[in-house]
Amino acid sequence: MSFSATNFAQPRPVPVGVRSNEKPLSSDASRFRFRGPPSFLGSPHSLRFKPIPPFKLAIPHSQRSAASSVTHIANGKMVKSSANLLITKEEGLELYEDMILGRFFEDMCAQMYYRGKMFGFVHLYNGQEAVSTGFFKLLKKEDTVVSTYRDHVHALSKGVPARAVMSELFGKATGCCRGQGGSMHMFSKEHNVIGGFAFIGEGIPVATGAAFSSKYRREVLKEAGADQVTLAFFGDGTCNNGQFYECLNMAALWKLPIIFVVENNLWAIGMSHLRATSDPEIWKKGPAFGMPGVHVDGMDVLKVREVAKEAIERARRGDGPTLVECETYRFRGHSLADPDELRDPAEKARYAARDPISALKKYLFENKLASEQELKSIEKKIDEVLDDAVEYSDESPLPPRSQLLENVFADPKGFGIGPDGKYRCEDPKFTQGTAHV
Amino acid sequence: MAALFQAPTAFSSSNSLDSNKFNHSPSPRSLSERKSSILTVRSDARSNPLLNSAAHKPHRFITNAVATKPDTSLASTSSKPGHELLLFEALREGLEEEMERDPRVCVMGEDVGHYGGSYKVTKGLATKFGDLRVLDTPIAENSFTGMGIGAAMTGLRPIIEGMNMGFLLLAFNQISNNCGMLHYTSGGQFKIPVVIRGPGGVGRQLGAEHSQRLESYFQSIPGIQMVACSTPYNAKGLMKAAIRSENPVILFEHVLLYNLKDRIPDEEYVLSLEEAEMVRPGEHVTILTYSRMRYHVMQAAKTLVNKGYDPEVIDIRSLKPFDLHTIGKSVKKTHRVLIVEECMRTGGIGASLTAAITENFNDDLDAPIVCLSSQDVPTPYAGTLEEWTVVQPAQIVTAVEQLCQ
Repeated sequence: MSFSATNFAQPRPVPVGVRSNEKPLSSDASRFRFRGPPSFLGSPHSLRFKPIPPFKLAIPHSQRSAASSVTHIANGKMVKSSANLLITKEEGLELYEDMILGRFFEDMCAQMYYRGKMFGFVHLYNGQEAVSTGFFKLLKKEDTVVSTYRDHVHALSKGVPARAVMSELFGKATGCCRGQGGSMHMFSKEHNVIGGFAFIGEGIPVATGAAFSSKYRREVLKEAGADQVTLAFFGDGTCNNGQFYECLNMAALWKLPIIFVVENNLWAIGMSHLRATSDPEIWKKGPAFGMPGVHVDGMDVLKVREVAKEAIERARRGDGPTLVECETYRFRGHSLADPDELRDPAEKARYAARDPISALKKYLFENKLASEQELKSIEKKIDEVLDDAVEYSDESPLPPRSQLLENVFADPKGFGIGPDGKYRCEDPKFTQGTAHV
Repeated sequence: MAALFQAPTAFSSSNSLDSNKFNHSPSPRSLSERKSSILTVRSDARSNPLLNSAAHKPHRFITNAVATKPDTSLASTSSKPGHELLLFEALREGLEEEMERDPRVCVMGEDVGHYGGSYKVTKGLATKFGDLRVLDTPIAENSFTGMGIGAAMTGLRPIIEGMNMGFLLLAFNQISNNCGMLHYTSGGQFKIPVVIRGPGGVGRQLGAEHSQRLESYFQSIPGIQMVACSTPYNAKGLMKAAIRSENPVILFEHVLLYNLKDRIPDEEYVLSLEEAEMVRPGEHVTILTYSRMRYHVMQAAKTLVNKGYDPEVIDIRSLKPFDLHTIGKSVKKTHRVLIVEECMRTGGIGASLTAAITENFNDDLDAPIVCLSSQDVPTPYAGTLEEWTVVQPAQIVTAVEQLCQ
């Protein structure tokens, strides 16, 4: 879109010491924050597609207003009732279970951390489950996901078993990365989770590469049905990083099947998004590069799901990337080491009232999609899954010394030729981890 | 920008390699399975290159840049005489062959496609293979290197070209954090078969930022391999080996060597990434070198031979890991080591090599290892100053004389 004149005409007050997004920034910022009582599930008010002239989007309903587009999508999935529901009962329960799994898992992580079972930096996802569940339950197994260090729930939602994730956190050999990755590096070839990156922004080019692979397969290798989509998750802090912009450019340039999902939880450790960013409306950066930029309420799983559906279908069709900004919030600190003293308790309370799980529960009850009983039984099931995961991880072995050098090279000839003329990896002591490298 | 350097007159005498025949024996021995039609050349021990013996018996590969011991076995086993080409053409040939062989091999970099590469290594490939296989990227090294890594993790085999190796400093984050690490961090689930290549080294008054030697910066990264090519023969062989390798490989080319002309075999061959190359066998001193300094060394060798010395020259080729077998054998023979490199003195390849040799072969040394490296200065523009930054043949001669006292 063209420059927003308000950026210059009305300089926004520099938000020094602003601890919440309560202060109005400019008239444009009304899109950024909520006015009045937050409208919840299924409400069209925060759905905004930005059609970009002169690019023609192939989807006809992008030309319509946001409100009608939601209705249109909703119509497609409508349950036979006049209530215009967005999900079926099965879908509702699936979403609920996924969010409960994420929430309970993270709570269990905190417990285990304080009991000394896991170490290092652990970043928990409490409060952001709507984003993960909203997107992941629409993906196929072949679709690829790239995340950041806040990746436990992304891995779980993609299908990595809780056992594998938990034992990875415990540093056991049965972890999804054999204990070599840890909390911030969750990988799964089977489920196409390619990270887990500790440096912010570092995974975005990798995600772009995965999307490039998909396009390559379709156009060069001519593989039928090669329409895998890649999702790149990252936060608001990352949106000031060069890699983000470089990849927005390349993805739009080559129309890569990728969706850039910004989990804007307003805080990068202790740095408020508003203090770090000249224009805090991240969705606007999409159109600047020639792709749609969408802002969605990230505490509302159904809204996220609707946006996700559109974006994923767009990518699958070959129409290119989308930038989705999910406004969300983390209920805990940045990591388990963060005392979380900087954020305003009032802000935290406001978002706690918008807990995505409670919201979905309310929706399910109000629309008679599930009973108290059914939800309780889901919670019980997840409790059991987690107890099993912890037990499994406790009993799993620690990695042995021989594992140290095994995965340094895919081809161990890379360790070179030793003084005796043989490749070092041929030395039997090498595999036992006692050889000299 | 795309200056094609004339082969400098400094080593024109050693440059006319066409008059000296290459001798190599077809040796299909290597650890990995090779198709019988491919030559895999492993370097040597024996002096008779025709000794086509049983498994694991190494073969000598000699480039007689300076022929002191005339090779009697000129009746080469390769039936065809080969064809002549320049080093950048050899790289292109290797690249093209691999792209034909495996459709997952692709190239990405700045100006590799329509422009044909700033040093013409990818010329004509975009027309042949298409814009997606030879991808012109925007100027975003960090991101397109990361993109190459992501593509490699999801099944492709990209070759990432840095227009100048120095530009890859911008991609250092991706190369060190992702390229080298992710195979390990993912517990072995994802392999990253990328080749990162580009021209580096001190050229002809290109200024400091275009004259970087990045070998020293990358060498500590666990999980990557580094090789440096120096002749058309090993350029093609190493390019092919790097592409076929499952590990991430950084292939260092040199700006001043692109126009070297030589004759290479017609039949397909792949070299070993981990092996060093015996350039000139000798008895008195072992000179270890790589890339462009090989030619300075060979020029110095001519002077040394006239003075009665018999240096053994080894092009280490594999900068990480070092081929300790070839190096060790040589040290055990000569007991004196001189390292000649273009890298900076501090923390360079020579420093690591000195440490490795001292650790492994200290008892075989009669004298401390001497390491001649470039000065620790940003490469100046002025020609005279630039000349004094890198090691010149006269210094090599002096060093050998001192070492052999």
